[in-house]
Amino acid sequence: MESVKQILKGDRLALARLLTKVENEEPSGFEALSALYPHTGGAHRIGITGAPGTGKSSLVNRLALHLRSSGWSEQAKAKSLKIAIVAVDPSSPFTGGAFLGDRIRMRDIFGDPGIFIRSMATRGALGGLARATADMVDVLDAAGFEAIFIETVGAGQAEVDVARMAHTVVVVGAPGLGDDVQAIKAGILEIADILVVNKADLPGAENTLRSLRLVLELASPPDRQPPSEIEETKGEEAAAANWSPPVLPTVATSGDGVAERIQSIHDHYQHLQQSGGLAARERARVRSEMEGLLRESLMEGFLEQQSEGSFESAVESVLNKKKAPRQAVRELVEGKQK
Amino acid sequence: MTEKRLRILIAKPGLDGHDRGAKVIARALRDAGMEVIYTGLRQTPEMIAEAALQEDVNAVGLSILSGAHMALVPRVLELLSKQGQGNVPVLIGGIIPDEDISQLEKLGVKGIFGPGTNTHHVVESVRQAVEAADVAQD
Ligand SMILES: Nc1nc2c(ncn2[C@@H]2O[C@H](COP(=O)(O)OP(=O)(O)OP(=O)(O)O)[C@@H](O)[C@H]2O)c(=O)[nH]1
Ligand SMILES: [Mg+2]
Repeated sequence: MESVKQILKGDRLALARLLTKVENEEPSGFEALSALYPHTGGAHRIGITGAPGTGKSSLVNRLALHLRSSGWSEQAKAKSLKIAIVAVDPSSPFTGGAFLGDRIRMRDIFGDPGIFIRSMATRGALGGLARATADMVDVLDAAGFEAIFIETVGAGQAEVDVARMAHTVVVVGAPGLGDDVQAIKAGILEIADILVVNKADLPGAENTLRSLRLVLELASPPDRQPPSEIEETKGEEAAAANWSPPVLPTVATSGDGVAERIQSIHDHYQHLQQSGGLAARERARVRSEMEGLLRESLMEGFLEQQSEGSFESAVESVLNKKKAPRQAVRELVEGKQK
Repeated sequence: MTEKRLRILIAKPGLDGHDRGAKVIARALRDAGMEVIYTGLRQTPEMIAEAALQEDVNAVGLSILSGAHMALVPRVLELLSKQGQGNVPVLIGGIIPDEDISQLEKLGVKGIFGPGTNTHHVVESVRQAVEAADVAQD
């Protein structure tokens, strides 16, 4: 396949065009992805999530800038990393249109040939990412990007998708949003490998840092048992359980604290590699992705076999209160409904 | 299969400092169901072309108030075509003197809109320019 060869050679336009095909779920896009898949596995996938406006894009801009100039660590400095950024913003539920504005904060890294930024809209998906995000990240991984940042929609909750997709999840908060409390409610702390309090130049940052640290301490006694859902998303990681998420300040506008955040992200990845947590996460990620696809494909196949409108009439029977949803579905599957 | 969506880059090249007009157009395109990639102020032609490539957009809209259009627009067109995106339509909004309009159109600009142009007209022009480019492609 021509485009696959070009992408492996580093052709950026071919890459951009394939990303579009994959995003639109075109069969030719999936074919190319299958051909590329054996080349995946080289990337450190870093999720960046948090409430709207906390500075996720600004922080990604800084992290990428720093990584390009200094690498992950002093020793690895000489080698210049290829970095990809996938930034997701919400689609309007009414028009399907979207305003993708994360690039506004990434102008420092625009012209850098070692960085590839792709904006995408959620297109109706609810978990903070789009349906096609995982496939697009795979394409970028195969194309040789060694660090891939995935910026979620700033919903501030229910963003478990990114916990499944990323090796390292950075949750970004900011002072004065009261979002320390909201974060706890939303369960977002449980997905954090690293907590950043950005906008540390603003008043109240110390308070936010302190209360987040306190909450984390309460939530993680030495033998912390991860809640079952998280356990499922992150794999059986007795090993990863002894990683305690650092809570650290940054100022994304000036770059303060960015070098230290790079260090924590790097430390976390090394911890995952050494503890076996990385393999566990990869397994959990692939498993959950495949479960989702299986579900989707079974449903599609099933509905195709049904006589015209039988699903709709089952919906009708539930709306009319003749049947409970579970009963209606069972009868559909057993072929009993008329 | 998800529906295809038009992806449009809206950029503001040049040094003048406000982007109200660009945002109005961005919002109108979004409300028409398009995905608008918005890059903000003070974009160089190189930045614009690079964003158009990475985002694989269907069209590029430039908002220019600085009067520097005769320097900026040909450069964007040149860069796009050099990188294999010569077929991506470029449209401009801003204050463009009559004598420059025909020259820009000759260079390949697919739409030029003065201040106060009805946004529906802009949206339709973008849609038609993308369709025409798709037809030319096939
Ligand atoms: N004072 C201060 N402002 C910041 C800092 N980081 C970001 N900002 C500002 O906060 C605003 C939002 O920043 P973004 O980077 O767009 O935030 P975001 O989380 O990506 O926003 P969404 O993607 O819309 O959720 C911008 O005006 C930034 O300039 C910081 O460290 N200090
Ligand atoms: Mg953002």
